Amino acid sequence: MADKLKALVIGPGNIGTDLLMKARRSEWIEPIWVVGVEQSEGIQRAQDMGVKTCITGIDGVLQHIVEDDIRIAFDATSAYAHADHAQKLNDLGVIMVDLTPAAIGPFCVPPVNLAEHSALLAMNVNMVTCGGQATIPMVHAVSRVQSVAYGEIVATVGSKSVGPGTRKNIDEFTRTTSAAVAEIGGAREGKAIIIINPAEPPLIMRDTVHCLVDDEPDQDAIIASVHAMVEEVQKYVPGYRLVNGPVFDGKRVSTFLEVEGLGDFLPKYAGNLDIMTAAGLRTAEMLAEEVANSRFALPARA
Amino acid sequence: MDLHGKKVTLHDMSLRDGMHAKRHQISIEEMVAVACGLDQAGMPLIEVTHGDGLGGASVNYGFPAHSDEEYLAAVVPKMKQARISVLHVPGIGTLDHIRMAADMGASTIRIATHCTEADISEQHIGMGRDLGMDTVGFLMMAHMIDEKAFLQQALLMESYGANCIYCTDSAGYMLPDEVTAKISTLRRALKDETEIGFHGHHNLAMGVANSLAAIEAGANRIDGSVAGLGAGAGNTPLEVLCAVLHRMGAEDGIDLYKIMDVAEDLVVPMMDQPIRVDRDSLTLGYAGVYSSFLLFAKRAGEKYGVPARDLLVELGRRGTVGGQEDMIEDLALTMSASKS
Repeated sequence: MADKLKALVIGPGNIGTDLLMKARRSEWIEPIWVVGVEQSEGIQRAQDMGVKTCITGIDGVLQHIVEDDIRIAFDATSAYAHADHAQKLNDLGVIMVDLTPAAIGPFCVPPVNLAEHSALLAMNVNMVTCGGQATIPMVHAVSRVQSVAYGEIVATVGSKSVGPGTRKNIDEFTRTTSAAVAEIGGAREGKAIIIINPAEPPLIMRDTVHCLVDDEPDQDAIIASVHAMVEEVQKYVPGYRLVNGPVFDGKRVSTFLEVEGLGDFLPKYAGNLDIMTAAGLRTAEMLAEEVANSRFALPARA
Repeated sequence: MDLHGKKVTLHDMSLRDGMHAKRHQISIEEMVAVACGLDQAGMPLIEVTHGDGLGGASVNYGFPAHSDEEYLAAVVPKMKQARISVLHVPGIGTLDHIRMAADMGASTIRIATHCTEADISEQHIGMGRDLGMDTVGFLMMAHMIDEKAFLQQALLMESYGANCIYCTDSAGYMLPDEVTAKISTLRRALKDETEIGFHGHHNLAMGVANSLAAIEAGANRIDGSVAGLGAGAGNTPLEVLCAVLHRMGAEDGIDLYKIMDVAEDLVVPMMDQPIRVDRDSLTLGYAGVYSSFLLFAKRAGEKYGVPARDLLVELGRRGTVGGQEDMIEDLALTMSASKS
């Protein structure tokens, strides 16, 4: 397809590799470059897939951006490195899809608010956290029916799917996710809890979403809204499942979810990581669709 | 067993672990009265926090009658000799909560993780040290791994700056031999100046026996709860442990009659239900399930028509860990649906 937007993946680790595998199947995105800071297994995997690689960091690839018509960059490195990547690539007219916790740009949860960002031409969108991607659609599914005073999410993830970066700064998860439950989910107040479980075989990501609504819950409308939203998420994460609920208990509305990954590079139980890469790719694809339909103009280039 | 002359620092849990048994509804007046009674009895350390630690106020764990800040503000200024500790679980509370607790005058911070996940505590242990607090690493559900794996996690917490490491029997599952193996392994490998603690639950009625085994193997901080007020069948009952320690000639600095009176006159009347080994709390200990799941399982069991014991056994089989209270209602719904 001629309209595919050309993309760059920064960070050839687990997330970057999984994203690359998904992007290679995309009808809208064509991954051209993978950038790392040294020769690594991840760089080797990219080379084996026939993708161009650069091992001298972001500076090594800047000269190729315009010539290769790169329009989208996925950052799968760290919050610390992201600011530098974002500035250098934005200057060249590349839109950043940020999978780190840096959150320089606005939060994006595709089925909830992506349309707003493409309308605003956000040059940098942040994918929140794995827990946020899994749960905010459910908070929104309730808040679009009636006002939510308080949204609380509990994300339980398998120990093996939690990397050293998250472990060193677990507060970043709780803070960022709580903020996005309110800001994107539409609850007046947000709270997030993460539990790491070491069971073997590893458990599939589980998420519980509690909303406290202001008035008596409109049960039929909420049930319909939740089911519709589950279908929206399933478009890019087929293993996103409503296990139980919505359960109504006074003004509490609770949904119980399970997120199984596709098992591309990351194992299937790591639905928490899969939903990040899938949401990142989905974001880029929706931008590409907007461009193809002339509803969105890419930054001008000479 | 010879514990003669051993110095033991007792640490009361009734106002933190006891919050589980009270659905986090202890009043300010009750909290101040119990803390003052314990202070007068010579209790050196008293924990005051939501049952699930700082920031535990939530749908998932229960909203408390008052915030951690309000409880600490009421209790800390009343203490003549006791120091106040707080519990903090990374993933539930944040660094802001630790700063708040330090500002309110808490002197001990206990950073709790599941026994295999010590490496999520670096940030929080570091902050406790930076704030000049007595900083404790609290490894929960210690029965789920062997002593070698347990030691590796303890060493991580020590390397982050914890000056005391706890072996925490959250499920009340451990028997004295296991306590001896774990504590003595820690004692051999941790720095001499690092203190070692043991936190028991009484689900198999082993709270006192396990605490004695821990002291003999080198632990010097022992958690318990006056009148046993705590999750599951409660914590090690402190007035009982005190009496035993006094008979054995160990030194805990507690006035036995005074702590007995706090138990009988203040804490027992506060209980919403007897804190004892019943078939559900016994199941916690037998199946190795997190003690604070007890009341959630009873409630979900009643609501969805599934025996609490069946829920607890299945939660154990699934390897659930502390904090997964949300899985109880979820499982009850699933089990209830499969019955019909």
